Amino acid sequence: MLKVFTKSKKKKYATIPSEMAKQDVPEGIMTKCPNCKKIMYTKELVKNLKVCFHCQYHHSMNSKERLASFLDENSFEELNAGMISENPLNFPDYLEKLEKDRKKTEINEAVVTGIGTVDGQTIVVAVMDSTFRMGSMGSVVGEKITLAIEKADELSVPFIIFTASGGARMQEGVLSLMQMAKTSVALKRFSDNGGLIISIMTHPTTGGVSASFASLGDYNLAEPGALIGFAGRRIIEQTIREELPEDFQTSEFLMKHGQLDAVISRIELKEKIATILSIHQQGGDLEW
Amino acid sequence: MVGELEFEKPVIELRKKIAELKEFTMNADVDLSSEIEKLEARLEKLEADIYDHMKPWDRVQIARHPGRPTTLEYISLLFTDFFECHGDRTYGDDEAIVGGIAKYRGLPVTVIGHQRGKDTKENIRRNFGMPHPEGYRKALRLMKQADKFRRPIICFIDTKGAYPGKAAEERGQSEAIARNLFEMASLKVPVICIVIGEGGSGGALALGVGNHIHMLENSTYSVISPEGAAAILWKDAGQAKRAAESMKITAPDLKELGIVDEIIPEVKGGAHKDVKAQAEKMDTILHKSLKELRSLSEEKLVSHRYDKYKSIGEHSVIKEFIGVN
Repeated sequence: MLKVFTKSKKKKYATIPSEMAKQDVPEGIMTKCPNCKKIMYTKELVKNLKVCFHCQYHHSMNSKERLASFLDENSFEELNAGMISENPLNFPDYLEKLEKDRKKTEINEAVVTGIGTVDGQTIVVAVMDSTFRMGSMGSVVGEKITLAIEKADELSVPFIIFTASGGARMQEGVLSLMQMAKTSVALKRFSDNGGLIISIMTHPTTGGVSASFASLGDYNLAEPGALIGFAGRRIIEQTIREELPEDFQTSEFLMKHGQLDAVISRIELKEKIATILSIHQQGGDLEW
Repeated sequence: MVGELEFEKPVIELRKKIAELKEFTMNADVDLSSEIEKLEARLEKLEADIYDHMKPWDRVQIARHPGRPTTLEYISLLFTDFFECHGDRTYGDDEAIVGGIAKYRGLPVTVIGHQRGKDTKENIRRNFGMPHPEGYRKALRLMKQADKFRRPIICFIDTKGAYPGKAAEERGQSEAIARNLFEMASLKVPVICIVIGEGGSGGALALGVGNHIHMLENSTYSVISPEGAAAILWKDAGQAKRAAESMKITAPDLKELGIVDEIIPEVKGGAHKDVKAQAEKMDTILHKSLKELRSLSEEKLVSHRYDKYKSIGEHSVIKEFIGVN
């Protein structure tokens, strides 16, 4: 009996941070790497193009961060920024969801397109943004990308696309499916006119986007560790009743299976793209 | 010395002796300089004797030398801004063939070649430079890309041959090689092929339909390896040396047969003795060759290639014969 009493004297407390302590570390100042679980300063991480210092994990980037990291400073001129989606199938809640994402992301659709320069070389660039409706492709995404390709054709400059998408946008049904064909038709004309296409697949690039413009580059590149594939892992597993390998549908897996020209770290990406662009510059053969 | 070859042993031994004598005179109080001079003169003569009169089998040995420079070594010495492109976009990435875009003297080019390893580990990765179908398909993909962007193509040939394996047959080895010969015919850009080591049969030819074909002096190009030929003809692979003599597989032989345009001289004793100097010798001929081809129009390049292959082969016609009619 006595023992029980002495033991209970030792009270155990849970530590709850005080309001003061909470304010000491404002939200977002630190970021935990989902891969290696290490914690680092968000600011430092952003400076390192959101590549983990410890394990090289590539944290996802939104379109603004991507443009800032890839283009020459102040070189970006946006195209068709004001284009927004309709609700062609009168899908319930679709317009509300779009509005909510517009507010959240401060962009009007899941792709940002425009003209810019990389190392002084002019390009047309399209950057998909997975924070807007998971980067899904509906009529507006298809149209903006097509217009961007046509712009590249008109200016005779390379077309570079960063893909990040869950696939076709369900709420626009078969119209979404047709955007795969629409963008591909535009790319074919551009290519036949001698246009250079560079596709850079980022996490995740799946479904209809992977089965159209993402795979149609003269150079198909990818960031390390990105999920890239057509059908989802779960669907495949359920269909074939087999467990898939862990690296299934990663950039490295695709590279091994012949689908990619190269997997390039974000840190080296701009420099490598600049090299590719310079090899495709007109008039580089003056000394000949 | 590692990798010394049988036929050059007299040279190596004499060189060793001279070095020994030199060391001896340094330590002892004897003047042997006249003897050394004499020996050095003899060495020079011996070297000329051996290296200027190399037998086909000697050349085969040099072509197969483990230290012989590979495609990637020449790429790093002759080109700038090389960006390697992987994969056939269909099945896999065959590391027995490498390719990509680069600049040659400032000019954008596509460069492709067989890639051997120099040690066991790399040789396993590169499958000893013996390609699978996806390797040829990657090469073709890069050639078509070069065609689209009007870039000259430079191919380095260095393979024992196509990989004789089950998987390779399942994935259409024959079709892949045939497709390359077929498609290379219509490329509208200059195609220059350089045999840098062994040019083994179809696996070599799949990168070999060019406007110009050049060979390093000690490389070989053949329908089959000497061992393979000996096994087929005399049921004895041990007679490879005999096969090498009779099959006409060396650079001078191919020049005489009208297949090769230029023989690229090698540094004394073979390219592996001085890679940098060898790359310079190659550069001279590549530059000249590319300059010449760049002056031709797109149609002319295609017909030039057609005529080149059309003219290869020998035949005669008899007057009296019984035809099917």
